Amino acid sequence: MEVTFRIRRFNPEVQGKNKPYWQTFTVTDVDETDRVLELLHRIKWEQDGTLTLRRACAHGICGSDAMRINGKNALACKVLARDVGNKIQVEPILGLPVLKDLVVDMEPFFAHYRQVMPYFVNDTPLPADGRERLQSQEDREKFDDTTKCILCAACTTSCPSFWANGDYVGPAAIVQAHRFVFDSRDQALEERLDVLAEPNGVWRCRTIYNCTPACPRGISVTRAIGEVKLAIQRNTRDGIILNPPEHGDNVPG
Amino acid sequence: MKTHQYEAIVVGAGGAGLMAALYASKGGAKVAVVSKLYPTRSHTGTAQGGIGAALGNLEEDNPLWHAFDTVKGGDYLADQNAAKVLAENAVDAVIELEHMGLPFDRTPDGRISQRRFGGHTSNFGEKPVRRACHAADRTGHMILQTLYQQCIKNNVTFFDEYHVVDVIMNQGACVGVIAVALGTGEIHVFHSKAVLFATGGWGRIWNVTSNAHSLTGDGAAVAYRRGVPMQDMEFYQFHPTGIYKLGILITEGVRGEGGVLINGRGERFMEKYAPRIKDLASRDVVSRAIYLEIRDGNGVKGKDYVYLDVTPNTVNRYLAEAGETRRITAEDVEKKLPDILDFCRVYLGVDPVKEPMPIQPTAHYAMGGIPTNIDAEVTLDAAGTVLPGMYAAGEVACVSVHGANRLGTNSLVDLVVFGRRGGMAMAEYVKNADYVPLPANPEREVEAELERIRHSAGKTRPGELRQTMQKVMMDGVGVFREEKGIRYALDCVRDLRERFHNDLLIDDRGHKFNTDLMEAWELGALLELAESTAVSALNRTESRGAHAREDYQQRDDENWLVHTLCYRPEGGIGEVTLGDPALNTDKRVDMSLAAVDERFAPKVRAY
Repeated sequence: MEVTFRIRRFNPEVQGKNKPYWQTFTVTDVDETDRVLELLHRIKWEQDGTLTLRRACAHGICGSDAMRINGKNALACKVLARDVGNKIQVEPILGLPVLKDLVVDMEPFFAHYRQVMPYFVNDTPLPADGRERLQSQEDREKFDDTTKCILCAACTTSCPSFWANGDYVGPAAIVQAHRFVFDSRDQALEERLDVLAEPNGVWRCRTIYNCTPACPRGISVTRAIGEVKLAIQRNTRDGIILNPPEHGDNVPG
Repeated sequence: MKTHQYEAIVVGAGGAGLMAALYASKGGAKVAVVSKLYPTRSHTGTAQGGIGAALGNLEEDNPLWHAFDTVKGGDYLADQNAAKVLAENAVDAVIELEHMGLPFDRTPDGRISQRRFGGHTSNFGEKPVRRACHAADRTGHMILQTLYQQCIKNNVTFFDEYHVVDVIMNQGACVGVIAVALGTGEIHVFHSKAVLFATGGWGRIWNVTSNAHSLTGDGAAVAYRRGVPMQDMEFYQFHPTGIYKLGILITEGVRGEGGVLINGRGERFMEKYAPRIKDLASRDVVSRAIYLEIRDGNGVKGKDYVYLDVTPNTVNRYLAEAGETRRITAEDVEKKLPDILDFCRVYLGVDPVKEPMPIQPTAHYAMGGIPTNIDAEVTLDAAGTVLPGMYAAGEVACVSVHGANRLGTNSLVDLVVFGRRGGMAMAEYVKNADYVPLPANPEREVEAELERIRHSAGKTRPGELRQTMQKVMMDGVGVFREEKGIRYALDCVRDLRERFHNDLLIDDRGHKFNTDLMEAWELGALLELAESTAVSALNRTESRGAHAREDYQQRDDENWLVHTLCYRPEGGIGEVTLGDPALNTDKRVDMSLAAVDERFAPKVRAY
């Protein structure tokens, strides 16, 4: 089939292209199972080498190619032509400064990530036998869903609260914090919850729910944020996650 | 141009780079990580099935057995001292990752869970052993995340989206690197006492690959252009189970959980090729078996693929046949292989719980690369002469621990073990070393090359050259090779190198995020590594591990228990070099385990 692309473009270095504009491309001989990323590559490699985007693994794990495809945040490598039809509109994710074409400035996003202490803390003596710390399968299961996060920013840049206030840490940072808040081995619970309870922490979330369908990893993002809110209110991680989400509960797309 | 000074520079922010950065900084060195990608985009994140370590959490295991499997899996080309270090350090390294918070799956008694994996056995090949420590089927993702988190905790300095394009040598030492800041296009010079390359592999030489678009062998090519040899380039692994046409990896963990390979006639064909451990034989063995089945007309529907079947019905039937009591359910498959199911559902519209997956071998892993010793120090010749200040770890390095064929899970083991050793070695080295001064204008040569590419106004786009290279390398220097095909590929690659210099067309003349330019530069790196691969493959007149010559089908231990060292001919970094790279085969494989234990001596490799 033939696919028409409408791509939001911007090149700060070229007169006449240094304000955002739309450009149309036509790609022929498209298979319905071709990924949008492949088609963007075909435009770049066959028609216009200046088209600029980030990508790496091309199968939904590295998180480089989040973009707005027909108005929805997605990874270009996880959307097939058959999912979106023969008219495809592509623009950069919203809420982060656009640097060139589909490339946005990720620094504010990673700054929020770093804010929530996204690392394991446990300063107690290691097991005397030199082996691993023990964790029950049930305790491991409680934060399984949020360990899937690939920091692609699809959730955060789909969030109206984040669009309205870029100081809000955003769903991705909270998902990352959730992974530690509910890890029975971690010991920085209080400190981390304090960060999340600040004015630009979890309470900026208005449960709009855009983040959950935006997640290409199928993480129940809104649910995770809710669990962190509960942990702050109760000042404990215990007794909050009774039935962790099953894989496939939140089918991406 | 900007200049920075750090005691240690790590190039690349995958598992090996982050591990090295973490340990170098813990050892007191002032460290910066320079990476063309944001660290979490690195390809370590796509590793699925597990990291091998003889923890013995579910059944008896022993690091010596792991070393044996590594040596045998590598078809006796692995250096045995390195294999021993790998297997012994693996245990501590995995425990340390757990202490850093890595969320491994757990056994019922709360220990790290382990599964079976190809080529991993107990008691010197007796039967498959559960050695692969896993976090669902996203073990690499969890390693990458955990290491990045710990680097943040330890305030490691990162230069994200800085693309290293040259390494600086002076007075016989490595003194820094040159990078392009992708956001601005500006050249940055990094002056250092020590540099560790951890830039990963070069799967993008071939047209069906599991590798990210970013895996273009930059670090290896940059070193090669500055006089460092490439070791064992003829050994490149084709993983047996890539998704048909796409090359996306389906973990060996699928077979570890009981999945079986089925040909177009409905036969479990691995019974013929590896009667003892069948579908869990080494990757090179399984990839060749698939090719042979396809060649014999046993592909599915007469095409060039076979099935990987993990549907509970099939798995349980074969488990029963084998006399095993274990059975699997659809829920087990969902729980243990969520990402695999997702890939198949998204890309193929196939549900692996109900239907088999169409697969074919996919270019996956470079056993060869920058030669190093067991402390990740780069060596320059058959005698192992160290290049002061230069280190390499992970896939870009060739210790050699994988020999002629890498075992599943050993890439993750390699990067944590040798990344850690490299980081520690650098921390010690910089304590006593002074900064060797930078040469005058170190950036001049690579800057000129980048400007030449930026202003190329020929007729051929880089994408066209790249696709041609990928196809000829797949045909000529793929799973099976013979002289005629290799020579044809080599001629084509040389022609492509000429066209890269004389007829390239670049659209983007800008500086900010000029990915047109940087992709073309990466292509230049790939072409040089493709040439080095083909020349090395042509020279090795035997079959061993992943290097299967149809015109020399036997392994030849008499003449070939040696590593290949491939040197780039004289010429500027941006020039088409003339003549063949020079090959040296004087570096003998380390046989130190075989010297004291007969079981490590080369034998016919049967599974």
